[in-house]
Amino acid sequence: MSTTRRLVIVSGGTSDPSSTRMLADRIAQRAVIRAAEAGFDLELSVVELRPLAADLASAQVTGFAPATVQEAIDRLAQADAVVVATPVYKAGISGLVKSFVDVLDQDLLIATPVVLAATAGTARHALVVDEQLRSLFAYLRALPTPTSVFAASDDWGSSSLSERIDRAATELVVLIEAGVRDRMREASWHRYQHTFGGAASAPGFDAVDLDSDLMRLAAGGR
Amino acid sequence: MQFGVFSVSDITRDPVTGTTPSEAERIQGAIAIAKKTEEVGLDVYAIGEHHNPPFFSSSPTTLLAAIAGQTERIVLSTATTLITTNDPVRLAEEYAMLQHVSNGRMDLMLGRGNTAPVYPWFGQDIRQGLPLALEHYNLLHRLWREDVVDWEGRFRTPLQGFTSTPRPLDDVPPFVWHGSIRTPEIAEQAAYYGDGFFANNIFWPKEHYIRLIEFYRQRFAHYGHGTPEQAIVGLGGQAFIAKRSQDAIRAFRPYFDEAPVYGNGPRMEDFMAGTPLSVGSPQEVIDKTLTFRESFGDYQRQLFLVDHAGLPLGTVLDQLELLGGEVVPVLRREMAKNRPESVPDAPTHASLVAAKYGDAEPRQPRPRPNRGDNVTGASPYEDSDPAVQARLPLVG
Repeated sequence: MSTTRRLVIVSGGTSDPSSTRMLADRIAQRAVIRAAEAGFDLELSVVELRPLAADLASAQVTGFAPATVQEAIDRLAQADAVVVATPVYKAGISGLVKSFVDVLDQDLLIATPVVLAATAGTARHALVVDEQLRSLFAYLRALPTPTSVFAASDDWGSSSLSERIDRAATELVVLIEAGVRDRMREASWHRYQHTFGGAASAPGFDAVDLDSDLMRLAAGGR
Repeated sequence: MQFGVFSVSDITRDPVTGTTPSEAERIQGAIAIAKKTEEVGLDVYAIGEHHNPPFFSSSPTTLLAAIAGQTERIVLSTATTLITTNDPVRLAEEYAMLQHVSNGRMDLMLGRGNTAPVYPWFGQDIRQGLPLALEHYNLLHRLWREDVVDWEGRFRTPLQGFTSTPRPLDDVPPFVWHGSIRTPEIAEQAAYYGDGFFANNIFWPKEHYIRLIEFYRQRFAHYGHGTPEQAIVGLGGQAFIAKRSQDAIRAFRPYFDEAPVYGNGPRMEDFMAGTPLSVGSPQEVIDKTLTFRESFGDYQRQLFLVDHAGLPLGTVLDQLELLGGEVVPVLRREMAKNRPESVPDAPTHASLVAAKYGDAEPRQPRPRPNRGDNVTGASPYEDSDPAVQARLPLVG
């Protein structure tokens, strides 16, 4: 087993600097430290959604991902873990983040550990991350850590934010170290719905199940 | 190698003139386009099937029969015929009839259809679309090959002692293509029966289609129909041609920008770079089309989408002149180069008759007389196989 694992940050922040990106970075950096303590390396990469905004809109109407978006999808397909961070707009997650998730094959993130994070101007939006992001990633059959991280403006002055970041990062590293993603996929890949030729088909997973009821029906149904 | 055109049958406002053609204009236009397709030396005209505005082609066999009566050489086909919401019994009857009136100048391409409300309008459920398609085709395949069919399935009322009339021309069923873009079960069914497989090759980068075609080729060989290279592959594509590249770009852009499917989305240049669309000079269209062979291997049928997005009839006819006059002759020459002898052409009625009978006379089914009850029982034709007995339901 390789001792380097890939952690991909997906940030829906749109300003520069962005507090959403900053939150994601802090979670990822904490995860790097916890991983080093556990004896493995985390290689970080970032998918910033802002530069993809026009291409994501195009992907929505054409049904296929332009090269820039495809590159981001391919990166996620190779991720051992993900940090997703969204700003809260109008009491919900950012449309940019949702647009990105909408173009992902639904098997892309199966059993992939994910830290869910959100930023907002007020603590009144605190449940957006658990009520919207968590259900979204449940649909993708991803594996959100028990702790999600929400940061309102005044949280940036509180040490309790760092504690939550550390807790989420630690949970993430435990899931990565345990190899949960690979083990779940090996145990039951065929039991999820897949997109033929989708980005999720890692080596060993791309064989079509020829023994399904539908395949038997295709072959004359006898 | 066959070249031709396929139409969605959309009736779209011309974004340049602002006028929308009437249904009558588009239907007569379709006939004119098909005749032009033959005149410029192309091989295939195919039409889609839709059951909602703004499309006109709800009854493809009627249109294709009219075209058959006004042409002499081209093969008439569909793109696609809905194997889900049509009753396979009616498909067997209608397309056998088309086969007779066109003297075998037809085949058909099956697809599932993705317009959700069409399913309930025809009493079906889109969530069952895939098993529905597979089961319906299994029945259709038998109806063209067995004089008397007993059948029971999940989706259609059972049949006992049913004979689909007329029997196919020369008792050789129409050749069938299966259209799909990402459903391995459809490719599997095409491979199982040794039918053709078609990738529409329009909306996505061609890499999306490569794996499914490769899967179909492997399974075609698995079922003993030949080598993977001998599988029968068709591809779509779309082109807009002008003598000079910049004229093509300028003329097509307003149609691209407001096209029903990809309009108001990507820039035309990006879409050209990312998908099989070519807009340019004959040489540019030739170069791009030749990349399909590199990606998918030697194949049998290339169809272009030319009459869509509100393009006026005159422009479409001009496009066909360029396609048939300057593009396809070069493609024929180039695609014949280094094409192995073992790679077959697309099956035609003549080739299927020759394969079935050799030099012998084809079977010509002659029915037995009506017994007075409007059914002819287990041996409906003078030469029906007496060993095949229908299991008719017992009464009383």
